[in-house]
Amino acid sequence: MPLLTKDRTVVEDRWTLLPDTAALADITAAPTIAPLALWLAARDALAAHADIGVWLKPADDPDALAADVARLPLIAVDFPRFGDGRGYSSARLLREKYRFGGELRAIGEILRDQLYYLRQCGFDTFALAPGRNVAEALVAFDDFSDNYQATVAQPLPLFRRRLQAASPGGSPASTESSGRSVS
Amino acid sequence: MYQYDHYDQRLVDERVAQFRDQTRRFLAGELSEDEFRPLRLRNGLYIQKYAPMLRISIPYGLLSSTQLRKLAHIGRKYDRGYGHFTTRQNIQFNWPRLEDVPDILAELATVQMHAIQTSGNCIRNITADHFAGIAADEIIDPLPYSELVRQWASFHPEFAYLPRKFKIALSGSATDRAATLVHDIGVHALRDDAGEIGFRILVGGGLGRTPVIGHVIREFLPREEILNYLDAILRVYNRFGRRDNMYKARVKILVKEMTLDVFTHHVETEWQRVRGGPATVPDEEIERISSFFAAPPYERLNGDDAGFRAAVADNRAFANWVKRNVFPHKVPGYAAVTLSLKKTGVPPGDATSDQMDAVADLADAYSFGEIRVSHEQNLIFAHVRQAALLALWGELKGLGFATPNIGLLTDIICCPGGDFCSLANAKSIPIAEAIQRRFDDLDYLHDIGEINLNISGCMNACGHHHIGNIGVLGVDKNGAEWYQVSIGGDQGEHASLGKVIGPSFAAREMPDVVAGLLDTYIERREADEPFIDTVRRIGIEPFKERVYAAAH
Repeated sequence: MPLLTKDRTVVEDRWTLLPDTAALADITAAPTIAPLALWLAARDALAAHADIGVWLKPADDPDALAADVARLPLIAVDFPRFGDGRGYSSARLLREKYRFGGELRAIGEILRDQLYYLRQCGFDTFALAPGRNVAEALVAFDDFSDNYQATVAQPLPLFRRRLQAASPGGSPASTESSGRSVS
Repeated sequence: MYQYDHYDQRLVDERVAQFRDQTRRFLAGELSEDEFRPLRLRNGLYIQKYAPMLRISIPYGLLSSTQLRKLAHIGRKYDRGYGHFTTRQNIQFNWPRLEDVPDILAELATVQMHAIQTSGNCIRNITADHFAGIAADEIIDPLPYSELVRQWASFHPEFAYLPRKFKIALSGSATDRAATLVHDIGVHALRDDAGEIGFRILVGGGLGRTPVIGHVIREFLPREEILNYLDAILRVYNRFGRRDNMYKARVKILVKEMTLDVFTHHVETEWQRVRGGPATVPDEEIERISSFFAAPPYERLNGDDAGFRAAVADNRAFANWVKRNVFPHKVPGYAAVTLSLKKTGVPPGDATSDQMDAVADLADAYSFGEIRVSHEQNLIFAHVRQAALLALWGELKGLGFATPNIGLLTDIICCPGGDFCSLANAKSIPIAEAIQRRFDDLDYLHDIGEINLNISGCMNACGHHHIGNIGVLGVDKNGAEWYQVSIGGDQGEHASLGKVIGPSFAAREMPDVVAGLLDTYIERREADEPFIDTVRRIGIEPFKERVYAAAH
């Protein structure tokens, strides 16, 4: 399955994705993405494993990984149907609330028309749905050149950048001075 | 009104290119119908009974004459020479060809218009008070904030795939003319005791299958926090709203199932986390947007125009029109005029391309080139000199837009219904017409006074039947079209939901049913009491008895 990156490249996927029903015995030495339930059930045993990631279902609360974000190299968020948009909020919470700094991957029914939005919400890699045109998908990261909102990829909303552009000398607003709290 | 800069224009142009490519891929068989559906829907394109239907966004109902001429041109070139103004201040074309839609969007982009998020499970067109900026009872002009929210809602990356559609309306007056209590979020601009501008936020209102009046979730939100707070509400909804059943997926159901207290707790907790963050709106941005909504260059006039007052005294037909279709303006010597799109025999909300062109010319001549669309599906000139009203009335009569029925029985809110819509259970336009034909006596209509009659062809409630003083809902019984009648609904700051009076009626019975309701009102009303107050005072029973006794 082709794996796209936010840098508009296609890379080899070295990770094995375990199904929802996987058990501890299914874990091999290879880099593995375990379902959240398995991670929560066998966290200590799994944490010793060098290359272990966790994947979340749409209804899984990212808060379940609050204590783990620093040691996990990869978190994947599943989109079982492309119309199910819960994973966009999961991604933002992982990045902005829990400060997850590792690889954030979108898996499931990932189609080219979601890529721009997924990228804005903090995803790094995208497991394109099977049978999709990779070259066309890579172009889709540039469907839009900008967005109005503050996002993970563009933390300054357009109105702040507009104001900065309008007053070259001054810096009317910045994230540093805005006192954003992290709970 | 707001003018795009190069950022706004580029985003709309990019959307046109994106949709052109999506349409190409669909027509080439690269996108399945299931994959294309949500993509076309968020661009306002439905596949209807006979043809696609394209819904074009009119943010907070505000149009320039240039934009209206473009809509007229689109109606002529790509459709059948007319359009339909909707209860969400948008316009719909019922006969475009799918393969023409990218070209239509490209034409719209040349006049700063689009069809972004006019349908689909996303944040829909932002609506607002159609008398914003001119009403005497206004506390804060909601239009600059409406534009701010429009930009925030456009292509919001996190909220593009919500559980269901999401509607936001803004008002800044004591009187609610934007139906804010029946929106997913209602925003009331106001001032606190210290004079600071902020917002009262309501959540979980809505019509459709499960009508609910919105709940206040926050009494006062500082104005700079508006986008942070909206992000917080939408995030809670996006994460926890039901996705297993589309009929239980609106935020009103989440609020009900979670309870308002728990929902509020989630939202407030999330808001505290993001409060003061990058989406906090600086004063400079509010000033930038507000500058586009500055008052037009009014003449300095001394109070009411003498000629206008004389004409009202002399000319009864003109006086009737002034009484119903002219709204007072906060600037001396000016008035707002409602163009009635509710002439008998014309589907409510419809206008031909020729009429649109003529309205654009009149707007240039009489109202600084600006036109507004109300959620009651009428058009408004918001800045007319009183001295010009008599001349304007003459012009509007020639166009068929001077029916003096605003706020009266025949000013019917009506969805396209079974004549066009594939969701409808029953036709709605012929019911509206039958009622308009039966009650065409102006003296009688003026005697009945303020009343609203709303008709929806199905329980999705596009015709707002729940909040009609008289509400009519088309239902399907064994393949036949029937109509369920409710009374006691109301819009505005005292919004209430109507109560069904009993078993449904056949189409041919509907004018008699309405007559029975009106007769009951006339017999039982006290002094100048409007219909809704009589229903509230005596309940639905007397109305019910009269209507069903007459039917048997």
